[in-house]
Amino acid sequence: MDFTPEEWQAIWLTVKVAIVAVIGSVPFAVAIAWVLSYTRFPGKIVVEAMVSLPLVLPPVVTGYALLILLGRHGVVGHFLDQELGIVLAFRWTGAAVAAAVMGFPFMVRGIRLSFDAIDRDLEGAAAGLGAPGWLVFLTVTLPLAVPGLLSGAVLAFGRSLGEFGATITFVSNIPGETRTIASAIYALLQTPDVDSVVLRLCAVSLVLSFASLIASELLIRAGQRRLRR
Amino acid sequence: MSGFEFSARLDLGDFRLDAAFTGAERVTALFGPSGSGKSTILRLIAGLLRPDEGKIVLAGRTVFDSAARINLPARKRQVGLVFQDGLLFPHLSVRQNLLYGPWVRRAPRPASFERTVDILDIGRLLDRAPRHLSGGERQRVAIGRALLSDPAVLLMDEPVAAVDQERRAEILPYLASLTQEFPVPMIYVSHAMEEVERLAQKVVRIREGRVTET
Repeated sequence: MDFTPEEWQAIWLTVKVAIVAVIGSVPFAVAIAWVLSYTRFPGKIVVEAMVSLPLVLPPVVTGYALLILLGRHGVVGHFLDQELGIVLAFRWTGAAVAAAVMGFPFMVRGIRLSFDAIDRDLEGAAAGLGAPGWLVFLTVTLPLAVPGLLSGAVLAFGRSLGEFGATITFVSNIPGETRTIASAIYALLQTPDVDSVVLRLCAVSLVLSFASLIASELLIRAGQRRLRR
Repeated sequence: MSGFEFSARLDLGDFRLDAAFTGAERVTALFGPSGSGKSTILRLIAGLLRPDEGKIVLAGRTVFDSAARINLPARKRQVGLVFQDGLLFPHLSVRQNLLYGPWVRRAPRPASFERTVDILDIGRLLDRAPRHLSGGERQRVAIGRALLSDPAVLLMDEPVAAVDQERRAEILPYLASLTQEFPVPMIYVSHAMEEVERLAQKVVRIREGRVTET
């Protein structure tokens, strides 16, 4: 298929945003999943609900919340702009943040399921052999959670590819900066006689999403094979 | 000094443990029916559980003493623990499993590596993944891993219970020759008299969380 430069731009931007969103959220997802799996504290259910909130909240609400928090005049956004010179609103980096938030529940869920499945005695065995807690985490806990992390990351990647509502609310639909495949399709739908272009972008979207789901499934299977005892 | 001293009280709600015994022998067996508290005692010694009250001395070193507020974490107790189902690290090869202890303590490869591998007859398994081992092989590797972590005491939690009768007969001779070769005191938990008779010089009988006879 021959894509126009604008289309290539949207495709590349979509993939770039999704990759940055996923990689950037890994440390946070691992930390949250660890807390949820390994600790007990009052109000844990509230934290669990908050992590899953982006799944059920209308994306436009999430996007608006991001705008209020991270916009130039937002609580956090103002600080980022003034102190660190970081602006997220109406930038592709903001699109990555929106995508990260929307994909976060998938990532946390994948890692947490892996953490939950680890035999705690295995970590006890590592400690008994002389490993301090942080080394037990790095050499036993984390490696055993890699399949869950990868499958969660792929699902989050897929979710990021399709992100539209939160993105357009938070960073708008600026060609070359924040116009991803989804926003490009939306923009095209506002103009007449563009069916073939829309269909092409839809096909790209379908292929990318389908591929990431298959990849996720394959990673889960490979992980189960590798870690079976 | 290679002996040990154990006394502990622990209330887990549905289960109460109140036991004390000492041992200076090469192999001390904790013998009793399942659910009598044998595994709990090993976990207390290993530092995976904390007694409400008591004192645990291993090879002359106090690792727990509620009166003196001493409670060494598991990693500092120098205890080699072998669980019922081996608990090998599934993502590491047999060799990496065996050398995990020295590796995390940044210790050199133990001089006894070749000899241990020989006695346990696991030389041809070194590059395999744990999932490709039989139950008996897995237990032998687990025993080797515990020995190579330079333990002050070796704790065996029914190391052959999960293995079928035939394999059991295959592991016991290894255990017997190990106890002769390595001067590490061993606490061996079992509910099978034949193992206990074959290995131990001292038997501590446990019933419902109490020592009934030593």
